[in-house]
Amino acid sequence: MGTKLIILLVIILGVVAIAQLVRVNELTAKHTGKNEEDVPLRDKVFNANMMLLNMIVFYAFFIWLMLRFGYTGLGPAASTHGIETDWLLNLNFVIIIAVFFLTNTLLFVFAWKYVKKPGRKAFFYPHNNKLEMIWTVIPAAVLAVIIILGLRSWNSITAPATEEYENVEIFSYQFGWTARYAGVDNILGDFDYRLTTANNQYGIKTTSNIEDAIHMMRVGGPGEEGIEMLEGILNDRTRVLSADQRKSFKTDLARKQRMIRSLEQMKLTHNDSLNSYANNDIVVPDSLVLLKGQNYNFSFRAKDVIHSAYFPHFRAQMNTVPGMTTYFKFQPIYSTVEMRELMNNDEFEYILMCNKICGGSHYKMKMAVRVLGPEDYLNWQKTRLTYDGSPWLSFSDAERAVEEAKLLDKYREIAQSVEQN
Amino acid sequence: MGAVAHETHHGHDHHEENFVSKYIFSQDHKMIGKQFLITAIFMGLIAMMLSIFFRIQLAWPGESSDILNVFLGDRWAPNGVLNESMYLGLVTIHGTIMVFFVLTGGLSGTFSNLLIPLQIGARDMASGFLNMLSFWLFAMSSLVMVSSLFVESGPAMAGWTIYPPLSALPQAVSGSGLGMTLWLISMTLFIASSLIGSLNYIVTILNLRTKGMSMTRLPLTIWAFFVTAVLGVLSFPVLLSASLLLLMDRSMGTSFYLSEIIVGGEMLDNVGGSPILYQHLFWFLGHPEVYIVLLPALGLSSEIIATNSRKPIFGYRAMIGSILAIGFLSFIVWGHHMFVTGMSPFLGSVFVFTTLLIAIPSAVKVFNYLTTLWKGTIVFTPAMLFAIGLVSTFITGGVTGIILADSALDIAVHDTYFVVAHFHIVMGMSAIFGMFAGIYHWFPKMYGRMMNMRLGYVHFWITIVGAYGVFFPMHFVGLAGAPRRYYDYSVYESFNMDSYNMMMDLNVIITVFAIIAAFGQIAFLFNFFYSIFRGQKAPMNPWNSNTLEWTTPVEHIHGNWPGEIPEVHRWPYDYSKPGAEEDFIPQTVPVKEGEEEH
Repeated sequence: MGTKLIILLVIILGVVAIAQLVRVNELTAKHTGKNEEDVPLRDKVFNANMMLLNMIVFYAFFIWLMLRFGYTGLGPAASTHGIETDWLLNLNFVIIIAVFFLTNTLLFVFAWKYVKKPGRKAFFYPHNNKLEMIWTVIPAAVLAVIIILGLRSWNSITAPATEEYENVEIFSYQFGWTARYAGVDNILGDFDYRLTTANNQYGIKTTSNIEDAIHMMRVGGPGEEGIEMLEGILNDRTRVLSADQRKSFKTDLARKQRMIRSLEQMKLTHNDSLNSYANNDIVVPDSLVLLKGQNYNFSFRAKDVIHSAYFPHFRAQMNTVPGMTTYFKFQPIYSTVEMRELMNNDEFEYILMCNKICGGSHYKMKMAVRVLGPEDYLNWQKTRLTYDGSPWLSFSDAERAVEEAKLLDKYREIAQSVEQN
Repeated sequence: MGAVAHETHHGHDHHEENFVSKYIFSQDHKMIGKQFLITAIFMGLIAMMLSIFFRIQLAWPGESSDILNVFLGDRWAPNGVLNESMYLGLVTIHGTIMVFFVLTGGLSGTFSNLLIPLQIGARDMASGFLNMLSFWLFAMSSLVMVSSLFVESGPAMAGWTIYPPLSALPQAVSGSGLGMTLWLISMTLFIASSLIGSLNYIVTILNLRTKGMSMTRLPLTIWAFFVTAVLGVLSFPVLLSASLLLLMDRSMGTSFYLSEIIVGGEMLDNVGGSPILYQHLFWFLGHPEVYIVLLPALGLSSEIIATNSRKPIFGYRAMIGSILAIGFLSFIVWGHHMFVTGMSPFLGSVFVFTTLLIAIPSAVKVFNYLTTLWKGTIVFTPAMLFAIGLVSTFITGGVTGIILADSALDIAVHDTYFVVAHFHIVMGMSAIFGMFAGIYHWFPKMYGRMMNMRLGYVHFWITIVGAYGVFFPMHFVGLAGAPRRYYDYSVYESFNMDSYNMMMDLNVIITVFAIIAAFGQIAFLFNFFYSIFRGQKAPMNPWNSNTLEWTTPVEHIHGNWPGEIPEVHRWPYDYSKPGAEEDFIPQTVPVKEGEEEH
């Protein structure tokens, strides 16, 4: 209450103070016969000097911000294309900061220098084709360079992934993320949103999931009426339903009947041999774990609304759109441990966060990203199970040591490939 | 009918007007301009207050604030802590009101109405009735938009771009219920208002120019208003259709934008729609909209800079060419808002090219302004200060556009505060500065009185320092990796305290400047309303200006000129012309023998 009163008081006093000032000004103007439209020389000079002062303060503010916050805190780009992005970003910054200083300086210095003073006449100078040509052609030439360099990077960033890329799917929903790895065959199992049930959060398409979904539609589950139950309610003559209830049950029933028909069709066209693609996928709901140096091709899906997968440290970003798969590929070049050293921060983690407004808890929608070196990555892999419950790396006991050593060699090679660059 | 009929009708008889026909349902363009202005000022104040509310949350997240509790109540700010959904509501309505109601309706509505007939030498708009209708639709639409703030489930919360599916699904966020319906109704009214207004402006400019007022003798203000109106007529209908499709998706079960969605545990049977379609439709309006906001401000400042430098605007024809080029290009750049939506990369490259092309006419405009100031004799009226401020913000905000237009770089900064900084400076600040400049410059024409000059200085210096203080540090917040529309940045707190501290420091600086800038506006409000009633009486041509509006009497009359409409003999920028006695030659003065016309 106290603060409210003070705020109110300050506002009232402020208004009174201004009113008094204006009153004084009004009276002096009346007294001296000064007209509002005639700007006295003193005011002109004051504003001219303020222009110069403003420029200096503005530049000082800019430089202070640069020195204090210019390092951005994001650390070096942690992906191959990110290095190029940063280089190009810096080049662009050099250009635009130069233009910024040049033109703002001209503006404020002209405003200061050419203030109207007695005895000086303005220079009648309506046009000069040569000058105008110069400042059309020079920006055009600079822009041409910017466009060419920019498109070169853009083309390499968006080029289609090749076979050596590991496929990982990132699934987004209000308000979280899930990763699904393609497994040993490097092919992600197919999905369909209609298959989503409590046991199949990501709508993964396998024969049993289709049957589950059909079953769910028919008999229902917790908090969800199935077709049989809805029909029962609607046909039950002893049950009293309001018109609204009846309507909503009918709509729900019609929707579910449409759904079940399409599910039956899906069952007919689905081939059991496709199950293996999904069965050896690995779902990791809480974090995204990457191997240093591996090329990743991420595909993105959204369950409900548009989200955006934003990896600030990898300079990567792609929207996730319901009903549409989007892609982004990148190659991490520093493991989390290395990045901690580079940033001199023991707690540092890479992060994936949502960068498209998606509802109240948008700002909390995040997933930790860990980039591991060869040994750590292999150890992590060994702990993960595939979709059908077998180990990710399923080697027979006899072969295990040899196969794992082979994998480790391969991972080391991958990790080293980015160190040489 | 046209000019001739108007002339004979209005020239002599001044029919008596009552209070309602003069102040409320007025068909006089001058009064309608003032109505737009006052409505926009109120809307602007509301939008500014909303921004202060969410700035308080950003600088001191989770801390109790009496201000929030007083204004938002226990529903949206329990214990003085802002609700996270309402945060999105505030951001959404702030953006919507600023972009559409203040900078489109307010800027174009005020100055197109006031200046088009006066500067081209017409008795009034082509259709006074449609003009009145345009204002009242605008007023109704403002009312609906403001009322949506008081809905129980909250106002629209999907950002001012209202991307579906978020905006289509009340299950996804509470504001997508009644709040979003009101938003769509309000925008439909707004678009109707804007279309009627724009058509009227176009027809008036093309048909009702006075004798001698050829297109190349038009002040640049009129050129800017003209191109703005054309952009509006071509792009707003697309937003209308986008909203209608959204309305159908929301309430009639269609699937234009919805596909394969499970929300709040409910599986929707919409398939085949595309949320990206909405974005294409929205930005087909959305990008021209940026120039609908900006061009009038540039037009106003061209006039003000020339008048107060006492020099002709440099490169008049190049300026017209730039306005036309910007207008044309603005229609083929919308995809740069969508580089990371999964749009075809090739299409992305085309948009990179067209977008960066816009920098060329923009650069030409800046250099022409600078050359106009060069060797001028500058008179610092508050209008001139704001016009110079506009050139500065146009540069500062414009250059960062080069980074955002470059798709490869946009990936890194898309939807971060870097973007927020960019468009608030280049579009928000520039357009608001243009609007203030226009108000200070044409206030004598609107109200027949002068605004206080020194309060104007105070207003300008607080505003430019405050506004740069708000928006300039945002570049650094964005480069630190802070996404926009985040309720707080606690996401960084757990793993990177360094980044988190940086963002918090910057956010406090920004909020403090925002509060200073907001208080600075009191100087304007007081000056404005005080001067309407008690300002010094204005002379006929206070700024020694060449254009036609200053040949009309100070006391407003319906029909603008008591006698014949003056004839025009020259372009409007003969300032400090060698051989002339005074440093200005009004457009009505015939060209002397041997004098060269420009």
